[in-house]
Amino acid sequence: MSFLTLDHVSHHYFSKNNYTKALDNISFSVKDGEFIALLGPSGCGKSTILSIIAGIIKQTAGEVLLEGKLINDSDLAIGYMLQQDYLFPWKTIKENSLIGPKIGRSKTSEVENEALKMLKEVGLSNVANSYPNALSGGMRQRVALVRTLITDPKILLLDEPFSALDYQTKLKLEDLVSQLLRSYHKTAVLVTHDIGEAISMSDRILVMDSNPGSIAKIFEVPLELRNETPFLVRKHPKYQILFDRIWDELNKNESTSGQTKVVSNQNESQI
Amino acid sequence: MNPKSDLYLFENYKNKLKREKKIIISWQVIILISFFAIWEIASRLYWVDPLLFSSPSKVVDLLISKFSDGSILPHVQVTLFETVLGFILGTILGIIIATLLWFSDRLSKIMDPYLVIMNAMPKVALGPIIIVALGPGYVSIIAMGAIISVVITTLVVYSGFREVDPNYEKVLKSFGASQIQCFKEAIFPATLPTMISTLKVNVGLSWVGVIVGEFLVSKQGLGYLIVYGFQVFDFTLVMSSLIVIAIVAGIMYKIVEKIESWLIKHTG
Repeated sequence: MSFLTLDHVSHHYFSKNNYTKALDNISFSVKDGEFIALLGPSGCGKSTILSIIAGIIKQTAGEVLLEGKLINDSDLAIGYMLQQDYLFPWKTIKENSLIGPKIGRSKTSEVENEALKMLKEVGLSNVANSYPNALSGGMRQRVALVRTLITDPKILLLDEPFSALDYQTKLKLEDLVSQLLRSYHKTAVLVTHDIGEAISMSDRILVMDSNPGSIAKIFEVPLELRNETPFLVRKHPKYQILFDRIWDELNKNESTSGQTKVVSNQNESQI
Repeated sequence: MNPKSDLYLFENYKNKLKREKKIIISWQVIILISFFAIWEIASRLYWVDPLLFSSPSKVVDLLISKFSDGSILPHVQVTLFETVLGFILGTILGIIIATLLWFSDRLSKIMDPYLVIMNAMPKVALGPIIIVALGPGYVSIIAMGAIISVVITTLVVYSGFREVDPNYEKVLKSFGASQIQCFKEAIFPATLPTMISTLKVNVGLSWVGVIVGEFLVSKQGLGYLIVYGFQVFDFTLVMSSLIVIAIVAGIMYKIVEKIESWLIKHTG
């Protein structure tokens, strides 16, 4: 059954003199426990889709359904990981990972123990009382992961969460996230511009076209790749084949997509 | 290079720092002493009119007698009390107004021109009106001390609120945080360093407000002593009050500086 559905979703950004169509008629659905990737160049509206699913911004047209209910009526927890960790520098690691329950007023000693357990699971139990500035980028992003998972979200939105990390840390963290999500059976939407990351982590890849953002093509990741860890996927022979197909698709989009379609308000521009 | 020579270089560096510090302190002392020395000499040799400019020895005599009979203490207390209260009120009110503006975008747009005018306006010019409104007493003087710092605090703190990285709010909103929760968990703590730095500015401003307030209406306080000394042509009293103000204001500034570094250390 379909867990998350986007039905003809469009979004415009308005400013005083003009407007930009960021998303045009986006429709797709995600099954329970599925991991999908939105792949595309920067500025194609990938992050806008996540913000809409998270309910942080409201789409200008179309509907988003989570388990058959409109996103704003749904009280299901959503986990959102951003490009950078955005840990609060004035809170300890433990306090940072418990910010979700604190906001939701569900911070009990059980939840606290759960957080400590998860910090241990990602190898950070010894820094629970440190402050974020004492941690490396990879460690901080792992804290952000715990912070996201502690509210037990039904769906995880990953907005290029590895893009600010060095390559080695990124690969390690991909494995960790992939393994954790599988063990907790989470549905996830990953936004990325890294083809390798999309192939190695997800079950399905939605390649996006920009100006305005729309879905150009959907690639299914072969079953053999889905069950491997991201690190091993990159060594698989089928990895390169899929990589090349996606590469061609992205290049095709680049050559056909026109100039920025910013529509100016005629009255304003004549003055 | 062996560790011994490393240590030697390090000692060398430390000695250089020490020497530099000594030079700076010596010059500071020299300037202080020569200022008072020149003042004393100029006054004794009638280069300046001693009736108008007094002299350090007369000022010291007066201060010793005023402190030993305790007659200056109530004045110091009153002014200090008014300044501290004006300073605290101005800072807190400024932060509260900035908070309201942050919560309502519309309110902040509506208030914008008024804040600009209030900020550009010399607040001490409002003195007579404040005195008429609040009566000739402490309340008016404290109000002057507060009003002079409240607008600038509002503007600085509000722009501090606005500059907080919106992604912190995004994180909180993804957990379903309300506006109030966003403010409490992200905006306010992130702006704390800005608020603390306004404290130092406000200390100086509150002194201006209070002294001008005391010039206009008061029966006690260091500002009163200055005006009184001026009216009875007792410039030794004026100079003594100025020196007391300089010392007390300097100490207060240093205390706020200490509070600032303590707060920064303990709030991350």
